[in-house]
Amino acid sequence: MTDRRIGALKIALAAAAAAIAALGAVPLYRHRHDRVPIVPGPGVTSVLRLSDYVPSLKGSMADTDVFVLAGAKPGGKALIMANTHANEPAGLLTAFLLVENAVVEEGTLYVIPTFNASAGRNTKPGDGYPLYFSIPTSWGAKRFRLGNRDASPLEQWPDPDVYIHYPERQMLSYLDVRNTNRTWPGRPDGPLMERVTYAAMELLRREKIDVAIDMHGAETMFPVTNCIVAPTKSSKIATLVSMTVKAMEGFDNHVEPSPGNFRGLSHREIGDFADTMPFLLEAPIPFLDQPTGPKTEKLLLDGRDPFLLGLARAHKLFVPYDAAGWPMDKRVGQHCSVSLEILRQFTKKYPEKAIRLSAVPRYAELVANGTGRYLHDPAQADPKALRYE
Amino acid sequence: MGVITIFYYLLCLYLAVILAWNFVRERKSVNDMILTLLVLVPLVLRLLRIK
Repeated sequence: MTDRRIGALKIALAAAAAAIAALGAVPLYRHRHDRVPIVPGPGVTSVLRLSDYVPSLKGSMADTDVFVLAGAKPGGKALIMANTHANEPAGLLTAFLLVENAVVEEGTLYVIPTFNASAGRNTKPGDGYPLYFSIPTSWGAKRFRLGNRDASPLEQWPDPDVYIHYPERQMLSYLDVRNTNRTWPGRPDGPLMERVTYAAMELLRREKIDVAIDMHGAETMFPVTNCIVAPTKSSKIATLVSMTVKAMEGFDNHVEPSPGNFRGLSHREIGDFADTMPFLLEAPIPFLDQPTGPKTEKLLLDGRDPFLLGLARAHKLFVPYDAAGWPMDKRVGQHCSVSLEILRQFTKKYPEKAIRLSAVPRYAELVANGTGRYLHDPAQADPKALRYE
Repeated sequence: MGVITIFYYLLCLYLAVILAWNFVRERKSVNDMILTLLVLVPLVLRLLRIK
């Protein structure tokens, strides 16, 4: 080949390689820098940042909004967290509903919609995760990012061979160093995700928060699913909540005890390191089960899968499962009703620390009307008031 | 950014420069040119902090 032909060939090959790189890079870059608007509702009185409690988070992808909904009357205080695992989005939608709709009549509610903000900008291409999912509303589809269980290595790297939990020194999977439901209670100078959980611990301690609710999703084949995980100090309220939602709203949500020898989880460490009652909510999410069909947006939203249906017939699942699947609206409804019921039962037990909310839909309303009915149109909101998650 | 991460990026940069130089110098084998570019792609994505 002549020099000229070799040069032309190299330019063509380099252009093809650049195109391949761009095809992979552009969607991931857009996903990482995507901003989902949230319309603060009438109940929101101020917005803090997690970095207000640990300044070293400021400017990092791990910093996130803390919405404060202070009631007209003083009372108790509650914190509700979502997207601790950003691939379990029923909690995220519930947090959006709370921020956009809730009115606090008594006490104060803190809401963190994207607790692991870095994980919300991460994905799992090896499992074929969709990058986004959309919720239909009367004003159009609202798009959310689907994240990953763990924070992005772009924020925290390298991973150790074994994650040694602080302060208990229990040996955990190397991946758990980026999992904000293994890094509790954290430390101010630890790896980034330990600083995230430490900031939340500081929020709980400094603001004297009485109740903490961490919203998750779990596989239908995992025994700890469709439940409230609670340590001993929260178990009475959790049991009353479980019985009440079953009797009054017709859905199961059993209580699982928080194991004392499994460290790093919110339902364990929050109770041990603060004067707060922790609750962890698990709603079934068929999308996360291993033996399903393709991991599509449809499966994420309707939870219908023929392979899981076969396994249900063989009694291999830990939740009732039929051709209706386990739709997102049902999962969001469970999170809403269980959270509201925890606050109601806490208020009954400690009337001097009452936390009363209104304008939040419950299970039956969400199943009947859909989650989108309660999401507000950012185009109609005051642009200065909008926040982006 | 930690010290290990900085070294990692320096290593990626070093390998990317070496590969790019090999690509420029390669004159005979088209297969080697293609393979060099394929190895270069993930290194470039790392340096750009895409993935």
